[in-house]
Amino acid sequence: MPAIRLGDIAYARSGDKGAGANIGVIAREPRGYEILEKHLTADLVERYFAPLQPGKVIRYELPNLGALNFILPHILDGGGSVSLRTDAQGKALGQAILELRLEIDANATT
Amino acid sequence: METIRIGNASAFWGDSNDAPASLVELAPDLDYLTLDYLAEVSMSILAKQRERDPAAGYARDFVGVVTSLARFWKDGRKLRVVTNAGGLNPAGCAEACAQVLRSAGCRNLRIGIVSGDDVLPEIQGAFAADLHTREFAHMESGAPIETIRESLVTANAYIGAAPMVEAIAKGADLVISGRVADPSLTVAPCVAHFGWKPGDFARLAGATVAGHLIECGTQVTGGISTDWLDLDTRNIGYPIVEVSADGSCVVTKPQNTGGRVSEQSVKEQLVYELGDPSRYLSPDATVSFLTLNVEDQGNNRVRVSGATGGPPPEQYKVSATYRAGYRAAGMLTIVGRDAVEKARRCGQMVLGRLRAAGSEPQRYHVECLGSGDAIGQVAQSNCEALLETVLRISVFDPRKEIVERFTREIAPLVTSGAQGTTGYAEGRPPVREVFGYWPTLIPRARVKPQVQLIEV
Repeated sequence: MPAIRLGDIAYARSGDKGAGANIGVIAREPRGYEILEKHLTADLVERYFAPLQPGKVIRYELPNLGALNFILPHILDGGGSVSLRTDAQGKALGQAILELRLEIDANATT
Repeated sequence: METIRIGNASAFWGDSNDAPASLVELAPDLDYLTLDYLAEVSMSILAKQRERDPAAGYARDFVGVVTSLARFWKDGRKLRVVTNAGGLNPAGCAEACAQVLRSAGCRNLRIGIVSGDDVLPEIQGAFAADLHTREFAHMESGAPIETIRESLVTANAYIGAAPMVEAIAKGADLVISGRVADPSLTVAPCVAHFGWKPGDFARLAGATVAGHLIECGTQVTGGISTDWLDLDTRNIGYPIVEVSADGSCVVTKPQNTGGRVSEQSVKEQLVYELGDPSRYLSPDATVSFLTLNVEDQGNNRVRVSGATGGPPPEQYKVSATYRAGYRAAGMLTIVGRDAVEKARRCGQMVLGRLRAAGSEPQRYHVECLGSGDAIGQVAQSNCEALLETVLRISVFDPRKEIVERFTREIAPLVTSGAQGTTGYAEGRPPVREVFGYWPTLIPRARVKPQVQLIEV
């Protein structure tokens, strides 16, 4: 199965929400949203960000915008003002998720 | 269709102080200018300033901005400014603004002061009644507020548009508030202009979306966009929303500015700091983003319509802050073969020395920037090939002296660390006080917003 870089079919933005962060992932084309909806699961995002200890990831769907919104409730190591990380406010998580590779079947790409 | 034009030229305290006058100059038909100065823990910084000087406690930069805007009022331009720059002291901020306006020769201006967001007395009252009060628990963790009773610094409710609407209705040219919900800075002019009723939730929802879109300034006009490199990033224009009577809006920016307003830029900002999209909570309405329609009309104009909404929550959100301890972060650059391995060992050396001295900080974090550490190496792992990295060590401790001790342990690496250790010109890193953020709730009936007007 071919792997595609998420950033080739989507764009993103992330920011802090208390001790957690959200990442919005938006399909570049309407068809891309079907791929996101099917393959970019909360479980996959949780595993991808495991080194940052994201907590239980929640996924919301916004089909009207061709977008998914992920909540990573504990990813900021205590939150914006307390976190010791360079990316204390989760500003870089959007760029990070766009490097994720999706394994998709041939039907999805045609 | 009749619209009002509302701009934003300050996304946070630290945004460009030149932006407000520039936006007003470039957009001659702007009706309202909104300026946001308050992030989650800004109030604690203001509290420190007020401790040193009781007349302080507001965003001082705003007074300079008002000075830069004075010429427009003096020239007779009808421009209204709505801001949360008042922080902990809206009245003091208003008085300082009145002074600079008078000095600039402005007359017949009215400043509206919105206060009443400070709920620290309510929390102290709850403690007085019961030290183990179950009110004001942490919204996320559920921890009781007695955990931070001794270290509590500020507590402010995010109030809605209503008192700002009242100030505008009473003729205020500047509305200076303390803590209000960021989108309410935009909702208030809409309600004042169109006369929407408190139950007009679809319209209030639309205006809340418009406010959400411009509250972070250039983030909706191309700033931090995924495809930022493809944009003309010189002089990125600050945003304007043209809001219609039905609550829909067109997002745009002045002609001849950089950046871009596009379907992409608008969708990116719609999802910024978004939680459950079916229930975006604001003190003016609970908004659903699931009915929104985004239509790129070309020429840096994007229409956003279809917002739906219902009543706001019964409680206001409160942002409380407390003294949590101290932090510092030191950086050195390590150049050469095995740079990342060398940097990690340097990080271990510093920790070892602190331990040996009995000064190990409560929390200690090492990053080798360039190796992917800023994002937990989720997307990169070929560290062996790197020929340079920035070692960043960051520590936290409740005791200031422990953090100070750490700041003296970076420089010795210049002679005892790996060959190729460099970049130490900044000297010892500063020790900063850390304020924790305590989000909680308060029933609306216990918060009493007040409006006062002063003449310039």
